[in-house]
Amino acid sequence: MAKLKELEEYREQIDQCVKCGACRAHCPVFGAERREGRVARGKVAMCQSLIEGKLDLEGKVLEDLSQCLLCGSCEAQCPNKVPTDEIVAAARRRIAEERGLSSFGKGVAAVLGRPKLMNFLAKSGGALSPLFFEKLPENSGLRLRFPAPYLEAGRTLPPLTAKPFRERVPERIEGAPGKPTVLFFTGCGINYMYPAVGEAFLKALQFLGATIIIPKDQACCGLPAVSAGAAATVEGLAEQNLAVFSRYRYDYIVTACASCYGGLGKIYPEMGAEFAPLSTQVKDIFVLLIELGLAEKLAALPKAEKRTRVTWHDPCHLRTRGITKEPRLILKNLPQIDFVEMQNAGICCGLGGTYSVYHYDTSKKIGAKKAGYIAASGAELVATDCPGCIMQLQDGVNHAQGPARVVHLLELLVAALPEGEGKLTTG
Amino acid sequence: MLAPRILKELTGIVGSANLTTEPSDLLCYSYDATQQSFLPEVVVHPAAAKQIAAIMQLANRELIPVFPRGAGSGFSGGALPTKGGIVLTTERMDKILEIDQENLIATVEPGVVTEQFQIAVEAVGLFYPPDPASLKFSSLGGNVAECAGGPRCVKYGVTKDYILGLEVVTPTGDIIVTGGPTMKGVVGYDLTKLLCGSEGTLGIITKIVIKLLPLPEAKKTMLVLFDSIDGAAQAVSSIIKHKIIPTTLEFMDGRTLDCVKQATGLQVPDAARAVLIIEVDGDREFLDKQANRIAEIIRPLGVVETRIATTPAESEALWQIRRSVSASLRKVNPDKFNEDICVPRSKVPVMIRRIDAISEKYGLAIVNFGHAGDGNIHVNIMIDKKIPGEAEKAEHAIEEVFKEALALGGTMSGEHGVGLAKAPYIPLEITPQTAAYMKAVKKALDPNNILNPGKIFLDN
Ligand SMILES: Cc1cc2nc3c(=O)[nH]c(=O)nc-3n(C[C@H](O)[C@H](O)[C@H](O)COP(=O)(O)OP(=O)(O)OC[C@H]3O[C@@H](n4cnc5c(N)ncnc54)[C@H](O)[C@@H]3O)c2cc1C
Ligand code: SF4
Ligand code: SF4
Repeated sequence: MAKLKELEEYREQIDQCVKCGACRAHCPVFGAERREGRVARGKVAMCQSLIEGKLDLEGKVLEDLSQCLLCGSCEAQCPNKVPTDEIVAAARRRIAEERGLSSFGKGVAAVLGRPKLMNFLAKSGGALSPLFFEKLPENSGLRLRFPAPYLEAGRTLPPLTAKPFRERVPERIEGAPGKPTVLFFTGCGINYMYPAVGEAFLKALQFLGATIIIPKDQACCGLPAVSAGAAATVEGLAEQNLAVFSRYRYDYIVTACASCYGGLGKIYPEMGAEFAPLSTQVKDIFVLLIELGLAEKLAALPKAEKRTRVTWHDPCHLRTRGITKEPRLILKNLPQIDFVEMQNAGICCGLGGTYSVYHYDTSKKIGAKKAGYIAASGAELVATDCPGCIMQLQDGVNHAQGPARVVHLLELLVAALPEGEGKLTTG
Repeated sequence: MLAPRILKELTGIVGSANLTTEPSDLLCYSYDATQQSFLPEVVVHPAAAKQIAAIMQLANRELIPVFPRGAGSGFSGGALPTKGGIVLTTERMDKILEIDQENLIATVEPGVVTEQFQIAVEAVGLFYPPDPASLKFSSLGGNVAECAGGPRCVKYGVTKDYILGLEVVTPTGDIIVTGGPTMKGVVGYDLTKLLCGSEGTLGIITKIVIKLLPLPEAKKTMLVLFDSIDGAAQAVSSIIKHKIIPTTLEFMDGRTLDCVKQATGLQVPDAARAVLIIEVDGDREFLDKQANRIAEIIRPLGVVETRIATTPAESEALWQIRRSVSASLRKVNPDKFNEDICVPRSKVPVMIRRIDAISEKYGLAIVNFGHAGDGNIHVNIMIDKKIPGEAEKAEHAIEEVFKEALALGGTMSGEHGVGLAKAPYIPLEITPQTAAYMKAVKKALDPNNILNPGKIFLDN
């Protein structure tokens, strides 16, 4: 049985917080809002008081606890490794339990007293039709990311694909003998919005001879539901996915979405003994590609004469787990690009599961900062490894009227592979 | 809870978005890095000196205590609202107002984060040296109020050495200016120096005029392992005697090294019982020569191993060892009391030996590290608060440590300040006459004892 931890079970970790304030330097939400309630130290203090019964789950507490991207940036720099993201997620589950799931979302919006939560459907010129949602399964994280009535005008969204990725491809693609077998966990973003990334994933691994399994009935990883505090949804999805995985023999479960990587590789393993093996089975695509020697193969390709300037955005769920070198190794060796490092490549894009839905204003502020660093790098393309980041970064760049386009690194990669057909243009 | 009419008046001053009495907000402004907590009655986020002046006038009229707060990273409890009242944070006053490249001067608001300021001035080739370990999150206002120091003090001095002038709201609500944007100035008392290190008890700093230096071209880091703390201490004196002033001279004693080894798997020879991290800065061409000269000078002093960084990444790796100390100590022991005594540089080995004796007497592990170049020792008494009696034992040990430091001509605190944590020990260091002099200043400027009452000197 999948079971997420209760807030009380984090007691010991909460007590590890020494109130040093170091997280003030690293929390993106605090950076945008500069109030102690928004920073990890404040949230941890609130959770401590909640457990001790000194604080009630009402009013400002709800708002502050909703103001967290679950990005893990604080934990990565915390001298005592206090897992504020997990603690806040546990607190949100308690909120959902005590006050109802919808009351959390709606309550937050109401507390903020935000002026107009306009109906995106009415104003977006049909970019997001009701059909969008009809295509999504009931429990897809994308529904939580975009509960239709809460979407505001002015947000850039990718169109939904007519035919989801997993319906376009066979369930198994045989590779060369002696090469690893990979279970491709696509996630909702790639399946419904960025099928080209899925295609690129297949091409890259086929190039290296891997056998690929793409189970059609895999479900959402559940990360947006974690963010919303929807415990039962997360637990249900985890069980469903584990059942799917158990049907196959594979060497690794591979993701091309940092959020899925975080969900499967970090949150699931905490949910029960049967999930524990996932912490080592789940791999990010670029880690696998490097292990399979792709960097050397790319280095051997002749450099293109005309090269595109590309920078990299570190998705939080990779960066906080130490995956920063591998994608850069690929970027540095791609023949058709010049890799430039932007300042603060590791600062969160501001999406944060369901965060940007309820806090679009703060999320935009965080995105604007990022857009500034992108512009300063002079890059024409921003590469990353997460559909959520792509969406959010592009929105930020567009608001700042920057020229950069945001792409998945896999798309750049396959364009360089000898058999690669994908052509990348800028602009 | 303050009377509604007072809250209404305060709201009128700062605006409703910048005042809060929500229980969770009061909680969030109740603590600092001492981990103590006192709930205020209201938190205000003013944006300008005028608003702060109005708040101080109101507070005097209604006799409500006011507690200034920067980032709340203080180690002595200076920002704790021990008597309820008003917490006044400078979080919104976070603008760098001017960087004057002609005169090498900058003007900032107090809420600017130390490192953000350093990045901004370094971008134009200038340098603000004070570097408390908390620089990524501490505020410049808090740095001035505590006269913060850091590793670079050996060569460059502490915060007060860079403060040319201040704009200050007095405890009774006037706005005054001290000093100014000139390198010299002797008209009247030096109030700037008085306010540096005043821990928010004599005025609220609303603007800071800062002296800058040209940014040194490069730096070079080396880590030296010694077979004894005496060797390391002698190395410090020798280097300085040979007329080399390094940027930093950080030391770790044998027990600190043990903790780091245990917690991080750091590989060093067993013979190593003390570490010095030495950094020199200046023109690139001189640095290699200086580093080699230092290595030569200290060679006879029981050096076990010398590691000289040749790239910024290697330098970073050496500093990482120093930075891993706090977390390592915690891994080995759950709780600690962290004191920051300061003794004359040459007395460091004697002091360490006396601390070892105290450690033995009380059966408490005490580890020492810190800024050897200026005799500033971070004394960490490691305990487990869950074991009954340990905290009390630590209190006694601390008092003895203070007494020994004072006997060697030192002081109880080199940089963290007195605040609440060290207030009870003040009589050990300050004579009744000196204390009376200081209290007279406080009384004259803050007749109603409104501003940060009970800090530095305990109220009777
Ligand atoms: C991990 C860690 C490492 C540290 N390392 C060092 C170090 O190396 N060197 C060092 O010196 N200190 C160090 N400190 C202590 C602390 O960071 C410094 O004392 C710092 O200057 C405090 O700044 P703050 O903005 O957090 O001030 P706060 O803690 O908010 O306040 C400190 C005091 O300043 C007063 N104050 C704040 N702003 C104003 C203002 N505008 N006007 C008047 N009074 C004001 C407050 O009332 C209080 O008395 C460290 C702390 C931590 C947690
Ligand atoms: S950095 Fe960690 S220990 Fe320090 S205040 Fe933040 S959460 Fe607490
Ligand atoms: S998880 Fe991210 S947003 Fe949440 S407190 Fe930590 S740094 Fe801030």
